[in-house]
Amino acid sequence: MMSREDSPPRREVFALFGGIYSNAPALRAAIGDALQQNATRFYCLGDLGAFGPHPDRVFPLLHEYNIETVQGNYDDSIGNGLNDCQCGYTDPRDNHFAQISYDYTLSKTSEPNRRWMRDLPKEIRFECAGLRFLLCHGSPRRTNEFLWESTTSTAFLDRLADDYEADVILATHTGLHWQRELSDGRLFVNVGVLGRPANDGQCCVWYTLLTIEWDHDTAPQLTVKFRPVHYDHERLAAEMRSEGLPDEFVQTILTGWWTTCMEVLPAKERLRGKF
Amino acid sequence: MCAMTSDTPHVTLDSLDVLWFQVAGTICNLTCQHCFISCSPTNKTFGFLSLETVESALLESVAHGVKEYYFTGGEPFLNPALVPMLERTLEFGPVTVLTNGTVLKDEWLRRLRAASETSKYSLEFRVSIDGPDAERNDPIRGERTFDRALQGIRKLCEFGFLPIITMTQTWDDSENEAVLSQFRQVLRGVGNERPRLKILPRIRIGAEAERTNGYDEFERITSEMMDGFDQSQLLCSYSRVVTDRGVAVCPILLDSPDALLGATLEEAAEEFPLAHGACYTCYQFGSICTNPSTKRQEHG
Ligand code: SF4
Ligand code: SF4
Ligand SMILES: [Fe+2]
Repeated sequence: MMSREDSPPRREVFALFGGIYSNAPALRAAIGDALQQNATRFYCLGDLGAFGPHPDRVFPLLHEYNIETVQGNYDDSIGNGLNDCQCGYTDPRDNHFAQISYDYTLSKTSEPNRRWMRDLPKEIRFECAGLRFLLCHGSPRRTNEFLWESTTSTAFLDRLADDYEADVILATHTGLHWQRELSDGRLFVNVGVLGRPANDGQCCVWYTLLTIEWDHDTAPQLTVKFRPVHYDHERLAAEMRSEGLPDEFVQTILTGWWTTCMEVLPAKERLRGKF
Repeated sequence: MCAMTSDTPHVTLDSLDVLWFQVAGTICNLTCQHCFISCSPTNKTFGFLSLETVESALLESVAHGVKEYYFTGGEPFLNPALVPMLERTLEFGPVTVLTNGTVLKDEWLRRLRAASETSKYSLEFRVSIDGPDAERNDPIRGERTFDRALQGIRKLCEFGFLPIITMTQTWDDSENEAVLSQFRQVLRGVGNERPRLKILPRIRIGAEAERTNGYDEFERITSEMMDGFDQSQLLCSYSRVVTDRGVAVCPILLDSPDALLGATLEEAAEEFPLAHGACYTCYQFGSICTNPSTKRQEHG
């Protein structure tokens, strides 16, 4: 019999996908990359539709790879047939474009897919290596809360980790990936989004690989890797055009710069972008 | 102004997300006619905060998990300790300064630029100008204040900041779009290539009550109105303000004796009765005091 000391170290690799925004080719490419990186589990943190073309193309991939999915604000809206995406933009120009893509997505999402989104959980919780994981969309307390790196204090994240009894909190919703180490070895990660580039002038999109390694006598080691995903973005742009989606959105896919919905960006994040 | 009845709803402090510093008290180099706490060079109702007071509130705020810090007055830059305060606060979290933009000095902005570059947090400036031209602005804020504030914005942009321009709406709703587009043009003229604009409602207390009119008695929040209303829209459900006379419920009601709740954040955590006319404006317009990046929503 193997003694306790001899039991082999263990390892899990989580692939964490943020907002897909109907970018099925990017999701497919990300799954491929994650498999190559020996990912053992797949999760999606919600916002399946918006922005991109042909929303129904995302769902077969989620089912095929058993990707456990959290409900985003967009999924809640589309699933329940609400009037808008609940992104809460106040600039009329932002709202104009957001509404075009919302109406498009609502009309192009099949009834079974809408039903599926309606029933998605607001959060996913599990334990691994003795750590409590909490997967949510915006923040643990509100689906559409923006947690930007430059406007979220560490004290606040520590409070969330305390209040929501989690050692690792994973979120998306802002479109920008970042991470923060918290007290007592706890961790917050915004996993980024696959739906559109990170406003950095590059055409790739991002997801997160979280590796947990542990054995009987050491504390679990967490490693976060933000992975760039390259996909046929020109083809996606062409499809967006032929579906009549706003040219402003197409430009973002082609240039890597955000062109709309900038009002909600804090100064630091805004200054990194072009517009 | 305060007319509490048995029907007055109370708001609990759900979570202390935002901490304000009334850093210049009620002291301001300007005497705007719509100032809801009637600030002026001589109004010493509230005085400057000291660096020590800010420091101890910062330390206390960590245990409460405060997410963001706001500095207001009066004119914050009149407080000689403001720059070191902002530098210190940027070690704790994101900072927003509400300024009238008329007293900014290069030396301060150079230091603040450096501080904001080393911090992982944003340093936001909110500059108040009440319209896209002197004709609209100066009668309210004072002679030449439009030009002076615009020069302040130019300076902020030169130092690499992206100020948020806030304007108190003294015109008809139907003019909003025209005002905004004229404003964008004016701001581009002073090197503000990415204008960020926010229209604020008038708060009809203090000097503004004299200028136009205050609140009618029926303009109060009732329990019935709170039914189904998301109280997280109200600043007092997620914020408190540190003054030189203790911690107050919000930066709007400083002139109301009942607004001062205690000496420490801990003491000031009690619920607050929404008995004031200004509360009615908060109810109508939601979180008017915080930045768009921290918008709070009803759904989700
Ligand atoms: S509105 Fe602002 S700038 Fe004007 S007097 Fe009041 S504090 Fe000073
Ligand atoms: S004025 Fe606004 S923030 Fe202040 S107590 Fe009334 S509702 Fe709350
Ligand atoms: Fe979202």
